[in-house]
Amino acid sequence: MSTFDTPFARAGAEAGKTRADGARSGGARAGFRLPLPGRDRLLPYLVPVAIVALWQLGCSVGWISSRIMPSPADVASAFWTTTISGQLPEDVLVSAGRAFAGLLVGGSIGFLLGIANGVSKLSEQLTDTVLQMLRTIPHLAMIPLVILWFGIGEESKLFLTSLGVLFPVYLNTYHGVRNVDRDLIEMGKVYGMSGWTLFRKVIFPGALPSIFVGLRYALGIMWLTLIVSESIAASSGIGHMANNAREFMMTDVVVLALVIYAVLGKLADVVARALERQTLKWNPAYVK
Amino acid sequence: MTVITHERFHSSEAVEFDESPAVTAGAGAAAITLSGLEKSFGANRVLRGINLHIPAGQFVAVIGKSGCGKSTLLRILMGLDEPTSGELRFEGADGAEIQPNARIVFQEPRLLPWLSVADNVVVGLGEGIEKKRARAEAKAVLDEVQLAEKAGEWPAHLSGGQRQRVALARALISKPGILALDEPLGALDALTRISMQQLLNRVWRELGCTTVLVTHDVSEAVHLADRVIVLEEGRIALDLAIPYPHPRRHGNPALAELEGRLLSAILGSDGGH
Repeated sequence: MSTFDTPFARAGAEAGKTRADGARSGGARAGFRLPLPGRDRLLPYLVPVAIVALWQLGCSVGWISSRIMPSPADVASAFWTTTISGQLPEDVLVSAGRAFAGLLVGGSIGFLLGIANGVSKLSEQLTDTVLQMLRTIPHLAMIPLVILWFGIGEESKLFLTSLGVLFPVYLNTYHGVRNVDRDLIEMGKVYGMSGWTLFRKVIFPGALPSIFVGLRYALGIMWLTLIVSESIAASSGIGHMANNAREFMMTDVVVLALVIYAVLGKLADVVARALERQTLKWNPAYVK
Repeated sequence: MTVITHERFHSSEAVEFDESPAVTAGAGAAAITLSGLEKSFGANRVLRGINLHIPAGQFVAVIGKSGCGKSTLLRILMGLDEPTSGELRFEGADGAEIQPNARIVFQEPRLLPWLSVADNVVVGLGEGIEKKRARAEAKAVLDEVQLAEKAGEWPAHLSGGQRQRVALARALISKPGILALDEPLGALDALTRISMQQLLNRVWRELGCTTVLVTHDVSEAVHLADRVIVLEEGRIALDLAIPYPHPRRHGNPALAELEGRLLSAILGSDGGH
């Protein structure tokens, strides 16, 4: 079990957190009741909106120097000007393209290795040790080497994001396949399933909840890797935009880049969650 | 091996009783012959020479204390385990050796939680069946176990007894020649168990399949089976015919007497009673 520590410790902690949150909001529900119909939907946005309002207030009153931190209004206007100039949409597209290419390549490799090693003892003996060793190297430590290999072109970003995404997907897929209920597999065999049918009907759906944990964890790593690699070595993308803005002391654009990352990250997670809810409808734990 | 055949017992239920088995064997029902069957797990000899012939269509209950080898016997019958030595033979109506269509219901329902109730039942048909026909057959067999209205539900939304009925429907949909029941009612509450016993009895009479029920419930064995086999330390200690017509009522004194004898046969062997 110890081999699964990183993603699972996190996933577990996350699950614990959401449970605690749920308990807390349940307590609040008993206390008072807002008359809004979409209260449950709006409530999660209350704190972010309050923070932005405070932030704007602080800038307007002069508590916060605009050199250190631009006001939300400045960030909004930076958003507007960069959008009109076409720079922002282009950079977002470039970054998102890189992110998802990395996810596709790294995720596919991780997924296939996870399935192969979960199903086949031979494959596991051949590759698991190597993967466990590689996993312990922080992939961002490879940046100098990657720049030497690929320069600052697209390949270096693709390589790093793929590498970062590969391990969480691999570990969780492997873990999911290994933990499919043995009784169900036995039942499948008694009822004449084997090979591809057994995989499609029993093993894959059984491993799916765990695969989704891996995917969502991978999404976080995907953005992280991309931001770092774009800030260090890139000639386009949001990271490059932020780094460029730093040279001209344009703090509003730097903060805009952060906001864009946050929005993209949240969007990716929303999509993953929606997929999860759609495919795991059968599981009471995923039904709202 | 002791074979005891009972003289006719006079009760209101014995009216239609005759010496032939109460149920005629179904079309695909197979006879089972075990000769010198042995099974060891390492040094542990679980089955020590089982010789048994089960005619086609018979309902046999296998009882015994835990660890007596009854589940192992069933697993070997189903091909889930290989015997260490001895022979296992299935015969069709003409006496020729066949590969029977055998289905099992486990103690746990073992439904696939990601398939609807109807699709879980379709699993019992195996591959290569046209979807529309499979659905229609699933619906018919769900009707049989009185769960037609649950066809579209997820298994997670059913009660324990309902899930076990789905598992039974999955076993029955292919009209098996041999039905193996591995303590299928062990996890259910007493009332659900009695209604499930009636259901098992009814489907067995309709289908006429050779049925082997492994159970630790002596009363269940006596009420459902034509014949009760007591296993003790891997050997057949008692082979008892239960010659009463089906369906059998709970509270029948003749059955209660048989139940008592079986219980003392199982418990008395180590001098405990």
